Amino acid sequence: MLQRLPHLLGIEDLSTEQIAFILDQAKPFQELQRHPLKKLATLRGKTVAVAFFEASTRTRISFTTAAARLGADTMALQAEASSLKKGESLIDTVRTLEAMRPDGIVMRHSSSGAPAFVAQRIEVPVLNAGDGMHEHPTQALLDALTIRDRKGKLEGWNVTILGDILHSRVARSNIHLLSKFGARITLCGPAMWIPRGLETLAPGLRRTTCIEEALSGADVIMVLRVQTERIHEPALSPEEYVLRYQLTQKRLCLAGPDALVLHPGPMIRGLEIDSTVADGPQSAVLEQVTNGLAIRMALLYHLVGGAPADAPHPAKDRSNASD
Amino acid sequence: MLLIKNGRVLDPAGKTDAALDVLLDDGRISKVGADLSDHSAEIFDARGLIVAPGFIDLHCHLREPGQEMSETIETGTRAAARGGFTAVCCMPNTQPVNDNASVTRSIVDRAAASGSVRVWPIGAASLGSKGEALAEIAAMKDAGIVAVSDDGKPIATARLMRQVMDYCDALSLPVIDHCEDASLFAGGAMREGPHSLRLGLPGIPAQSESICVGRDVEVAAMTGARLHIAHMSTRGSLDYVRWAKNQGLRVTCEVTPHHFTLIDEDVRYDTRYKMNPPLASRSDREALIEGLVDGSVDAIATDHAPHHAASKDVEFDRAPFGITGFETALALGLAALVHPGKLSLMRLVELFTTGPARVLGIERKIAAGESGDLTIFSADHEWTFRASESPSKSHNTPFDGRAFRGAPMATIVAGRVVFRR
Repeated sequence: MLQRLPHLLGIEDLSTEQIAFILDQAKPFQELQRHPLKKLATLRGKTVAVAFFEASTRTRISFTTAAARLGADTMALQAEASSLKKGESLIDTVRTLEAMRPDGIVMRHSSSGAPAFVAQRIEVPVLNAGDGMHEHPTQALLDALTIRDRKGKLEGWNVTILGDILHSRVARSNIHLLSKFGARITLCGPAMWIPRGLETLAPGLRRTTCIEEALSGADVIMVLRVQTERIHEPALSPEEYVLRYQLTQKRLCLAGPDALVLHPGPMIRGLEIDSTVADGPQSAVLEQVTNGLAIRMALLYHLVGGAPADAPHPAKDRSNASD
Repeated sequence: MLLIKNGRVLDPAGKTDAALDVLLDDGRISKVGADLSDHSAEIFDARGLIVAPGFIDLHCHLREPGQEMSETIETGTRAAARGGFTAVCCMPNTQPVNDNASVTRSIVDRAAASGSVRVWPIGAASLGSKGEALAEIAAMKDAGIVAVSDDGKPIATARLMRQVMDYCDALSLPVIDHCEDASLFAGGAMREGPHSLRLGLPGIPAQSESICVGRDVEVAAMTGARLHIAHMSTRGSLDYVRWAKNQGLRVTCEVTPHHFTLIDEDVRYDTRYKMNPPLASRSDREALIEGLVDGSVDAIATDHAPHHAASKDVEFDRAPFGITGFETALALGLAALVHPGKLSLMRLVELFTTGPARVLGIERKIAAGESGDLTIFSADHEWTFRASESPSKSHNTPFDGRAFRGAPMATIVAGRVVFRR
């Protein structure tokens, strides 16, 4: 039996068994999203602190909704509304939250390693909802679920990640996850965003600045958001990016008709991705969002619920339905 | 009077390695010889121990005036004494900056009143270390500075460096530079490389340092003045220093114990691994060790940089740079260099004594008439360093809890035992 995870800080340290277990646990929660009544009572009486020290809409709503559908209460902390502005340290803020006795803390922070730093200092489970340029583990898990659903399996694909890999936590988590499942991963983007050394992150990586080369033979294409707030050194004009790296229908043809297109959002149409591709049959952008709920429910159930790994699945036990 | 008997005297100045006794009288060494006796002297039995000239630390931060929450001259010099240092050079980035004679005098006075070891202040090169106008260097020299530096940051421009070097050459003061190119440094938190990419921490490329060393040795060639490179951490920087030495330029450099002990791969999300320059690549560490062995590196300096607990108990990228270093310096030198057989004990002692002395243009030796500053240490004593037991006000070191073989056993300043293990 798998041991319960104390925290979810990143993908790098997870085993393939642990990852497969989380994906399996998410399956019934995926089905639940299609029910007219989506709320369970599994985590009734539990409280999840949702602490976002960096702006986010979709991940925050996804976690909050996942907690609600498990019957948990949430307490939200938004950086701009908190005492951080008044000079309080992260650790004091988190300890204050902890003193309100939540059963888990979902945390996003602009500093790499901040969730690991917090996890060493508090008792309750910490779920990393994205830390700096380090990891965004729930995004990689929901991407993996989407790939497994759409392509029948997770193992052994040719995966191309397009864009600003250097600054992307989504890319890092996906690299670690997919590499563990034998993917051959091509990192493609402007040279300064795919620096030398990046290929040492995990086995099976290569770098190229040529999008045509990167797309040919790709089974899965992950388009990263061009983070305009991070294009700082030196600035690259959007036109230049579109010219060389936008995923267009024409370029997608290089990858073949079965290639799956993923985007973590928020998506900037007309910049990193063309609308035809974003809305086309190969795109799984909206499934990713729904799968995000299922993955986050599975993780909250596992980490906050504290059930043993072989307990009956709550979404399969109808008596568990609430209201 | 103090008679140190039965020790093994290691003196790099005269290449002495012999069983000799040392008699100290009136703050100075009065006699060195075999089987000395003096009935009125207190006896220090140094059997099994090494008796070396007093260790000099070229680079530390005592945080006084202005940042007494992190360290004071009193607490810092007590920690220095425990590390075997008899003299420490404190950098001018205090609050206010030591850029004028009255700050220098206040440091000298505080050291006289509360210091356990000698404190030799380093003055700022520019006013406020802002990189614009020259600081009051001649007045500071009269008040007791031994060198100038804008440490914490580089001397801002090649033009200012030229002026500072020319001016200091006439005053016989070395110019110490913290080498870093601000545009490449760019808000980095650790050395750029595969490990910074893995941790997602903003990287500082090795060339951020070496580009500035290159600039400085060119200016040294232009002026002929004394240049000393602080806390050098890369192969590229060392190559520039070697080139300068081969040209006959008066260029020297120092390396810290953490840079010859740890590498970037040791960094984790723990701010005790955050310092500037950051821990370098494995290959750079090998280069530094080669430099320590072949003589290209002149001194080991600690860059003792205390930060109070709350300031370091934060997210990695938000923490200040720096770690404490006095008490682990010798033990790390033994562990990383001497015990593995890379360096002789004599050469290690040189890097703590005559090496830094030459950087400052002074002599350091064990001979009658010399000042009574001695460091007595064991190369074998087994102990464990506990930061919580340190007299320093700060405990920000990655070496907390590390077991060592070899330690300072006594520190003697002007004939007086200021620390004894």
